Amino acid sequence: MRYVTPRKAAVGMGASHTGTQHHWWMTVSSVALAVLTPSFLMVIGTALQLPERAEIMAYFSRPYPAIVVAIFMTLGMLHFIKGTRIMIDDYLDHTARKAALIAAAIFGWAVIAMSLFALARLMLAPAQL
Amino acid sequence: MVEFTLPKNSKIRVGKTWPKPEGATNLRKFKIYRWDPDTGENPRVDTYFVDLDKCGPMVLDALIKIKSEIDPTLSFRRSCREGICGSCAMNIDGGNHLACIYGMDEIEGDVTIYPLPHMAVVKDLIPDLTHFYAQHASINPYLITKSPTPGKEWKQSIEDRKKLDGLYECIMCASCSTACPSYWWNGDKYLGPATLLAAYRWIIDSRDEATPERLDQLEDPFKLYRCHTIMNCTNTCPKGLNPAKAIAEIKHMLVDRIV
Repeated sequence: MRYVTPRKAAVGMGASHTGTQHHWWMTVSSVALAVLTPSFLMVIGTALQLPERAEIMAYFSRPYPAIVVAIFMTLGMLHFIKGTRIMIDDYLDHTARKAALIAAAIFGWAVIAMSLFALARLMLAPAQL
Repeated sequence: MVEFTLPKNSKIRVGKTWPKPEGATNLRKFKIYRWDPDTGENPRVDTYFVDLDKCGPMVLDALIKIKSEIDPTLSFRRSCREGICGSCAMNIDGGNHLACIYGMDEIEGDVTIYPLPHMAVVKDLIPDLTHFYAQHASINPYLITKSPTPGKEWKQSIEDRKKLDGLYECIMCASCSTACPSYWWNGDKYLGPATLLAAYRWIIDSRDEATPERLDQLEDPFKLYRCHTIMNCTNTCPKGLNPAKAIAEIKHMLVDRIV
């Protein structure tokens, strides 16, 4: 049992003077993703309609589809990493919170790396063939 | 941290059903949370019947009647009986209200009354507001100035005074904070809507000279940014205030400092 005054319990360790950058980044990335999502869906929809593998590779070797997918996946997963932090901070505590934050960051960056690697293979494959 | 189930010693049991008043024809059923720390028993919900023909129209009238005529052990806070002291805030029919200004005619069916949600209970309908008041005190809810005190008064224009409308009326009843899921899960660190509304009231006071320090004190992922604009605070405020807007304004001011 700890004998602390209500005021000490309320103040805790004080304010960390952080959070505004995170809040602003989430706001900006939300708007950016809202703008990007229709373009991303159009690119993926177009790619899914292509019948041949060679045509898909050729499609993603063009700058517009490749750049849209690269930006969307990178921004989307960065938004995911920072967004899950909000939920994790809400619902978890202590060690579970730290573990979940690390797991979310690893997952997000892994998806970014895999997406960019897959995109690079699609873009560069026609030259190799 | 989030808790989806009640601890074993907080699980609510069916309580006593008190006899109906004799000869009454216009009865209303009340189901009221009861817990006495001295007995060591789990909380229970007792059932009472109130003769509406001999009772005032507000929920507090019925509670006072129950305490006076049926069960004197029922405990609850009350004082002004006109919605200005905030003492009788409680969870009525699933929402947080002031019992003194909440009419029984606004409730359909049985009247269920619990203490304010997710707060430690002192007894029956009395929540422990110690931490809530300490959080309010922590934001220094008073005028802070650095300039030499003027001989007569700190002047304020009519326009600047109007900015305090909708903020200064808060009676600290805790209805908003205890309606907020973020406050339920992280109330130890999150200041909650009532305290943040009070903080904004002093931040935008044209006479106050501690705005930077006040904003510094609030800039924290837990103290301020646990607010996710759920809006329960605004929906439940018995005074019709808008704490969610005040919190959004604080966030705007903090963003304005960096962008």
